[in-house]
Amino acid sequence: MIGIVGFGAYLPRYRIKSEAIARQWGADPEAIQRGLMLAEKTVPGQDEDTITISVAAAKNALRRAQINPQEIGAVYIGSESHPYAVKPSGTILIDALGIGPHVHVASYEFACKAGSEAMYVAYSHVKSGEMKYAMGIGADTSQGAPGDALEYSASAGGAAFIMGNERVVAEILFTHSYTSDTPDFWRREGEMYPRHGGRFTGDPAYFKHIIGAGAALLEKSKLTPKDFKHVVFHMPNGKFPLEVGKRLGFTKQQLEVGWLVPLMGNTYSGSSPTGLAAILDVAKPGDLIFMVSFGSGAGSDGFIFLVTDEITRVQERAPKTRDYLDHGKIYLDYGEYAKFRHKIRLND
Amino acid sequence: MRDVVVIGAGMTKFGELWGKSIKDLFVEAATKAIENAGVDHIDSMYAGAMSSGLFIGQEHLGAVMADYLGVNPIPATHVESACASGGVAFRQAFLEVASGVSDIVLAGGVEKMTDGADVTDVLATAADQEYEVFHGITFPGLYAMIAQAHMHQYGTTREQLAAVAVKNHRNGAKNPNAQFRNEVTAEQVMNSTMVSDPLRLLDCSPVSDGAAAVIVATMDVAKKLNKNLIRVLASSQASDTIALHGRKSLTTLNSVVKAAEKAYKMADKKPTDMNVVEVHDCFTIAEIVATEDLGLFEKGKGGEAAANGWTSIECKMIPVNTSGGLKSKGHPVGATGIAQVIELYEQLNGACGARQVPNAHVGMAQNMGGSGASCVVHILEAI
Repeated sequence: MIGIVGFGAYLPRYRIKSEAIARQWGADPEAIQRGLMLAEKTVPGQDEDTITISVAAAKNALRRAQINPQEIGAVYIGSESHPYAVKPSGTILIDALGIGPHVHVASYEFACKAGSEAMYVAYSHVKSGEMKYAMGIGADTSQGAPGDALEYSASAGGAAFIMGNERVVAEILFTHSYTSDTPDFWRREGEMYPRHGGRFTGDPAYFKHIIGAGAALLEKSKLTPKDFKHVVFHMPNGKFPLEVGKRLGFTKQQLEVGWLVPLMGNTYSGSSPTGLAAILDVAKPGDLIFMVSFGSGAGSDGFIFLVTDEITRVQERAPKTRDYLDHGKIYLDYGEYAKFRHKIRLND
Repeated sequence: MRDVVVIGAGMTKFGELWGKSIKDLFVEAATKAIENAGVDHIDSMYAGAMSSGLFIGQEHLGAVMADYLGVNPIPATHVESACASGGVAFRQAFLEVASGVSDIVLAGGVEKMTDGADVTDVLATAADQEYEVFHGITFPGLYAMIAQAHMHQYGTTREQLAAVAVKNHRNGAKNPNAQFRNEVTAEQVMNSTMVSDPLRLLDCSPVSDGAAAVIVATMDVAKKLNKNLIRVLASSQASDTIALHGRKSLTTLNSVVKAAEKAYKMADKKPTDMNVVEVHDCFTIAEIVATEDLGLFEKGKGGEAAANGWTSIECKMIPVNTSGGLKSKGHPVGATGIAQVIELYEQLNGACGARQVPNAHVGMAQNMGGSGASCVVHILEAI
C-alpha cells in the first residue's frame, strides 16, 4: 500500500476582506462577493514567504508521520512564488527540519498545480521502490496586481504530504494527469505580477483540464461520483470549483470540507493540497477522496485516495487546517496590506 | 441602377469561439454563403471588420480572406465603419452589382474579439480620441449619457430599458446561432452589475467572435439559380458628428434619421410597411432611440413601445430584433451588419422557425457605428 503517511497545512494569520479591496478600487463589494464568492483571503506576514510556509506545513506533516526525517529521500516544493529566481527553496527547508543531506531536492513551477506535481513525483518515487519516504509540498504567497481581479483571490498558504508505504493514512488508488499548451495565465521573467486571458481562463483552461483529468480518473477507476465522500478541486475563486464539481456530477456537500476558498482565497500551488489537508483532518476510515488540481498553461493532476484506519491515529498530532483558517485572525486594511505585499515603493 | 438580389447567406455561431481564428470564422461563413447561393464563383468580395489590427494585429483583411477563401485574384476589399462595418460592406457589394461592375459579389463581416486585446479600449477608438476618449469616456459611458438624457427628456424608465433586454433574450433563445440562448427577467436585468448608470451588465451587448456573409447578385443570376427573390429595395448611409457633445440633441441619432429618410424614399415605403426590423441594440437604450429615429414610433415613445410589447414577435405590430439583436445574438462588431441582413433574408424566406414573423415580406436593417456617427440602413423585400 502506497500513499500519504503524514500531512500538514499552514496558513498565515493575516487577512484582508474582499470588501476592503473593493472599496479601494471603487468596485461593488457585493458584486465581488456574489460573483467570485470570496469573503476574505490570507495575507503572508512580513517575515513569511513560500519557504517559511513550506517549513511550517512540513513540520506538521512530520509531527503526524512521526518518522525519522533522515529517511526522507526526496523533497519537492511546488510554487510560483519561490523567493529566489535562482536558488532552491527546499535546501533551506531540509536544513530547518533535519532532512538530508542525502536527499534529492527540487523546486517545481507549473502555475497553480506545482504542488500536486510535487506530490505526484514524491508518490512515484516511493511506488518505484527508489526510496522509503518522499515529501511533496505546495505553497505560495501568490501575486495579484493592484486593481486586478486576481487581487481579491491571490493569498498565501500551503500543505505538505509525506508519501510512504508503511502506516499509510490515505492510500493512492489512481492518478491521472491531463496537459496541453493553453496560455491562459502567465508571468514573464522579471515581471512582478501575472497576466491572464480573462474569461479564457475559464472554459478552455480550468474547466477543460479539470474535466479532462477528472473524467479520465473516473473512467480508470470505474468509480462514480456518488462513491466519494469528499471532493476537492483547485480553487481560484469560490464559483469555479462548485461549477466544475457540478459538471463532473458531484454535489456541493461532497465539496464542502475542502472548499476553503471563500475564507482562504487562492493559495495557488497550495490550493487543492490545502483543501486535501482539511479533508484529511476530519476524514474517516473508508472514505474515498477525489482530488483534481489545475495549473495554468495548462494542466491538471488527479488523485483518488482511500482513507485507512491509520487516519485517526494521526489527526490530532498537529494543528488542523481549520485551526489556522478560523482562529487568531488579524485583519489588515488596504494600506497595511499594500505594505505587507510590498506594493508601496520605499526609498531604500 | 440594376436590381440587386440576396441569393445566399451563411454565418458562424456567435460567441466566445476560442478555437477559431479570424480566418476560420470568415471562411466558414463565406463558404456557407457560397454553398447556400449555389454559385460556382464570385466576381468580387468585401470584408467588413472594425479593428482586426488592434484586436489581433492583422490588417489587409480583404487580401487575407480572399487568400484563405481560395478566390484569388478577384478584387477583395476591407471595409471599416466601426460597428457599421458589416452594413457598409453590404452596401458596397450592393452598389457594385447595382452599378453593373459585377454580377455576383460576396459581402462578409467578421470580428475576433476574444484573443486578449482590451476590448473596451479598442472599441473606444470609434469615438473621438481627442475630445472623448482622452477624458476617459467609453462606449457604455456614451450610451449611458444618451440614456440619462432620454430619461430626463421623455420620462423613459429603468423598467422600459429592461424590457428591451428581456424581449431580445426571448428572441435569441430561439436562434441557434445566438451567443446567449437564455431568457432573462426584468428583475435580473435591473439587478445585474452596474456598468455605467443607468446601464447595467444586461443592458449591454456582449464581446463576441463571429462572422457572417451574404451573396448579392443580379436578378438574372437569381432567376437562373431559381432562387426566391429577396430584393434590396434600398441602401442608404449617413453620418453625424463623431463626438456626442457636437450634436444638437443627445436623444436623437441624426445619422439614423437621415439614413432612414433616404431608405424609405428609395424603397418607396413607409415605416408602417415594415414587417420585421433589425436595429443596432448595442445597449438597450440604442434600440429605444433607433426605433424612434427610424420612425417606427413617435419620438420619446420608444421605451413605452418596448415595455408594452409592441416590438415583440407575438404582438405582430412591428417585431424588432427577432434574431435576438446584438444583446442576445452577440456582437462581433464587423459581422453584425451582415448578420442583420441574414436575419431579414431568412425571415423573408420564411426560414426562421420558432422566431418566424408570419407573412413577412418587407424588412429593414439599421446598423450603426460609434455613438451614431455613421449609420447604414437597408430595406429588403420578398418579391
